[in-house]
Amino acid sequence: MTRISVTVDGTTYEDEVEPRLLLVHYLRDRLGLTGTPVGCDTSNCGACTVDLDGESAKSCSVLAVQADGSEVTTVQGLARGDAWHPLQQAFRERHALQCGYCTPGMIMAARDLLRENPAPTADEVRHALEGNLCRCTGYQNIVRAVLAASGQEVAS
Amino acid sequence: MTEATEREVGRARLRKEDARLVTGQTTWTDNIQMTGLLHLAILRSPMAHARVDRVDVSPALERPGVVAAFAGRDLADGLGSLPCAWPVTEDIVMPDHPPVAVDEVRYAGDPVAVVVARDRYAAADALEAIEVDYTPLPPVLDLEAALAEDAPLVHADKGTNRCYVWPLATGEDYARVKERADVVLTRRYRQQRLIPSAMEPRAVVVTPLPASGEYTLHSTTQIPHILRIMLAMVTGIPEHKLRVIAPDVGGGFGSKLQVYGEEALALAVARRLGRPVKWTESRSEGCLATHHGRGMIQDVEIAATREGRLLGLKVDLLADMGAYLMLVTPGVPILGAFMYPGIYKMDAYDFTCTGVFTTRTPTDAYRGAGRPEATFAIERIMDELAAELGLDPIELRRRNWIRREEFPYPSIAGLTYDSGDYAAATDKALALFGYDDLRAEQQKRHERGDPVRLGIGVSTYTEMCGLAPSRVLGDLRYGAGGWEAASIRMLPTGKVEVVTGTSPHGQGHVTSWSQIAADVLGVPFEDVEVVHGDTKAAPQGMDTYGSRSLVVGGAAVHQAAVKVVGKARKVAAHLLEADEDDLDFAGGVFSVKGSPEARTTIQEIAFAAFSSHDMPEGMEPTINAEHVMDPENFSYPHGTHLCAVEVDTETGRSTIRSYVCVDDVGRVVNPLIVEGQVHGGVAQGIGQALYEEAVYDDEGNLVSGTLADYLVPSAVDLPDFVTDRTETPATSNPLGAKGVGESGTIAATPAVVNAIVDALRPLGVTDVAMPCTPQRVWQAIEEASA
Amino acid sequence: MIPPAFDYARPASVEEAVRTLAEAGDEAKVLAGGQSLLPLLRLRLAFPELVVDVGRIPGLSGVREDGDTLVIGALTTHHDILRDPLVGRYAGLLAAATRTVADPAVRHRGTLGGSLAHADPAGDLPAVALALDAELVVVGPQGRRTIPAREFFVDYLQSALRPDELLVAVRVPKREGWGFRYEKFQRVAQAWAVVGVAALVRRENGHIAEARIGLTNMGATPLRAAASEAALAGVPAVADAVARATAAAAEGTRPSSDPSATPEYRAHLARVLTRRAVLAAAGGE
Repeated sequence: MTRISVTVDGTTYEDEVEPRLLLVHYLRDRLGLTGTPVGCDTSNCGACTVDLDGESAKSCSVLAVQADGSEVTTVQGLARGDAWHPLQQAFRERHALQCGYCTPGMIMAARDLLRENPAPTADEVRHALEGNLCRCTGYQNIVRAVLAASGQEVAS
Repeated sequence: MTEATEREVGRARLRKEDARLVTGQTTWTDNIQMTGLLHLAILRSPMAHARVDRVDVSPALERPGVVAAFAGRDLADGLGSLPCAWPVTEDIVMPDHPPVAVDEVRYAGDPVAVVVARDRYAAADALEAIEVDYTPLPPVLDLEAALAEDAPLVHADKGTNRCYVWPLATGEDYARVKERADVVLTRRYRQQRLIPSAMEPRAVVVTPLPASGEYTLHSTTQIPHILRIMLAMVTGIPEHKLRVIAPDVGGGFGSKLQVYGEEALALAVARRLGRPVKWTESRSEGCLATHHGRGMIQDVEIAATREGRLLGLKVDLLADMGAYLMLVTPGVPILGAFMYPGIYKMDAYDFTCTGVFTTRTPTDAYRGAGRPEATFAIERIMDELAAELGLDPIELRRRNWIRREEFPYPSIAGLTYDSGDYAAATDKALALFGYDDLRAEQQKRHERGDPVRLGIGVSTYTEMCGLAPSRVLGDLRYGAGGWEAASIRMLPTGKVEVVTGTSPHGQGHVTSWSQIAADVLGVPFEDVEVVHGDTKAAPQGMDTYGSRSLVVGGAAVHQAAVKVVGKARKVAAHLLEADEDDLDFAGGVFSVKGSPEARTTIQEIAFAAFSSHDMPEGMEPTINAEHVMDPENFSYPHGTHLCAVEVDTETGRSTIRSYVCVDDVGRVVNPLIVEGQVHGGVAQGIGQALYEEAVYDDEGNLVSGTLADYLVPSAVDLPDFVTDRTETPATSNPLGAKGVGESGTIAATPAVVNAIVDALRPLGVTDVAMPCTPQRVWQAIEEASA
Repeated sequence: MIPPAFDYARPASVEEAVRTLAEAGDEAKVLAGGQSLLPLLRLRLAFPELVVDVGRIPGLSGVREDGDTLVIGALTTHHDILRDPLVGRYAGLLAAATRTVADPAVRHRGTLGGSLAHADPAGDLPAVALALDAELVVVGPQGRRTIPAREFFVDYLQSALRPDELLVAVRVPKREGWGFRYEKFQRVAQAWAVVGVAALVRRENGHIAEARIGLTNMGATPLRAAASEAALAGVPAVADAVARATAAAAEGTRPSSDPSATPEYRAHLARVLTRRAVLAAAGGE
């Protein structure tokens, strides 16, 4: 067991964990933060994407011990009270989700993009989301939502 | 009848579902945690086919955190065979299907033992301690070879790998019609195996109450109601003691229309141990253990006159059942049987499907289930026929499709197409696509020998959906009906609960059903809540698959609401001391004709009927109502999809340049949701055409067993879609809706492949097998030029 | 799936890491960004007794100049490589190929050193290291040694790194004025390269003076397209001439077979992509 201290969505947790514990299982099973789901075991689907010290990361491909001393933001930490993050708003307004399983990862990946590139083109959005799979939407509305969240005009 | 004021139906309402989903406040089955929860892990066969000589689970019991471990034999008592509810013929071969194999494993991934441990990590570790001795048996992988006299058998006790033969011959005698034909084309098409790949892996949680013998099962299922019935039969747990809950479910596409061994197993283990248990599959496990889709060889023959009039169609199908028959495995190709003639008129149709067992993961419904295969075959061969006759593919279709004025039209396969306008959808699509300009560019590229060719693919599809008429399903030997139930509770405070038997997993039923109810009842959209996916809260239902939810379940909501208004009208008339016929009803308000100040709202009536102090003579308290809808016909969405593909003839890569779809899904409740369904459906159709395939090696091992190898397209790999609609209302339900869940997938695959072949036809290419990988396209060009 | 159990060490220095590795013998795995190792662990394709997490050792990331050479710390992430001005100026090919590695989230954590040490011939960066004539600086119990890229990739997933050695830096000769292109051919955006071609071209007077070509996924190790490199020297930077010279691009390769490609198709792709990469790198089209 290894002792770790991780700040998740603003709360600091100290825990003893097995070194092999995946960060996503730490979030889900130990902290009960089930907003971040798991969709694969090869880091292809991106459903588990979180923000780790200011950069997007796939929490299924990070050990909890690697996050020791780090700050994690999950989809559950984006809203400020009743005020949603613009991406959360835009995903709803643009019908960018159906079953919603990929949505936390999509939003976290898109948030990372907009931090680096506040006004991306549609093509840049698609490339930024290449590591996040969605099986419901065909991506078109997701792209629209990200563009809308960036404050750009979007054809409906 | 009521005069519903339609403020909601047809409106692009944002979804009620989304607030939880975008903020992470979800209820996925794997989220469930509770004190004492045990975790199951399943040891699976590493071989396609083997005798199980010995299973020793005792070393696993020594591992830390392990509570129990079972081999198949340990569980056989009290756990029956997994069900197949669609024995399509009287003499179908129905093998036994134990949830955990006992004597023999028949596909790579077949369960052989189960471990129960305190957490998922301990359970995963303990699997490695289990000892199994196998004697390898020959795999059965090739559909044609499997039918040979001396072929090794998947189920030796059955004496054959032939599961069933299902024939359908309609119209004139095909052989005679063929004699009249000027042109007869024969083609073989291959529907590769697909892994449905819903983003949420499967999971199940069972909570037992040993003292009362009650069980609550949460599952990632599309079919909580059917599942409850079937699991009661498999486990012997009385149906009334079993509650099934489908919480948030992360996509299904048919893969969660199933009664899975793991669900039965979780119940059996929870019963045995008296403890709650959870099982969650990993993605790579799911690639083996969640049913696959498609998997067919289609021999198609079409007979036509020189002028391009279709005379007849003959289809011989070999359908890969996989190792066992699951819930509707044998019925999937039969759902397609009626759709091979598509939108076309002809004189004879001859269809035979042979179901074949192989040592691979069982197949079952995958988005479209039978109908994508049918549409692919007819739309592909129509393009080949057009090329043969030197006709534009659109023109050939025009000469043969059913005209608007011919509806309702008795199709050659025996269905009654109720409505449609194929010309209108096609004309609209051609205009949006810029068909003539693209044809001109195609010609130019050809003339200058451009290594990047342009191809145009056409798909003018229809499908039968909204499964539906119980009588017809009975004729097809399907084990259940096709009705759907809804009930509406008018709460005393004026709010409304709609209880539906459908079980959404991304389709937005909560939103659309709210719109339907709000319109009929005249209440605000926000005042409607929709209850679903829990057999205790929504006890009656037939669940969600086959593009049936709106057409049958949404229609049931509509009809239940109409009944509520009918009851409310009686109460209103009584309270307003007026004749029922003298009441107007609009916007939730009953008023007396001619004296509008004499009015009452439906909410006031709900309260009055709740307190029930002054009800009309003979009327029961409350104005709640329920309705069970059983439409007399399927519904038949149709449309025209056009795809332009650029094919790099040097590398073989195909890139979709533009994609236009004009769909007629009847009347639309929520255009936002409809558009989303079309996008996602088309994406999956393109996935089959270009990217996806469950690949097996010669020993029967699944090679594409992770999302690194099974290529689900990403945002970069798909184009923007141009969508539009035409609207001819369905006549089989009061909404006029036709269903939209599967149409995109059905339409898209042939549109893409037709485009690729169209691009390469000048080079001598007449077909490319799916998925049309760059290598296959390159090889097709090489072979054509050799 | 769930990784198997392992012990975990997080050394604070290179020396401590090397000592830890030496003590563990063959049973240790080095964890840098973990973007290759974690999937292997989760699929239970690797069973290390000890995972040595070098991710926090100071001084192993970043890019600096050392005369004619760029020294790139082994822990420099793909993301940092993409943003580094020195890489952009002197080793644009590395940035171009890094841009095609996996996806943004993986690039945030995956490291250059990890990608090279993993020695996957389907990875994009090994072929680039070959083309760039990179040298890999490793530290072991006997001290530091430098391995040329051409000697580093020994076999499929096998490098010249000994179990007790740690890759600490990658030395890349600065190249200014060279054209470059990484042509990656994959079936979907985040799939492995079916074939990749890393091309560097020095052009003089409309001719190709020198070409250096690395091939991804054309054998058990990354390879150089030596025959085409030789044939390209001195030819005009025009389509016909380049096509003739790159017809030999697959010579000496031994590509594998998988559901996406047969060896023949890979060889064909290598020729097409080499021609395209060289033409693009030479500024022709």
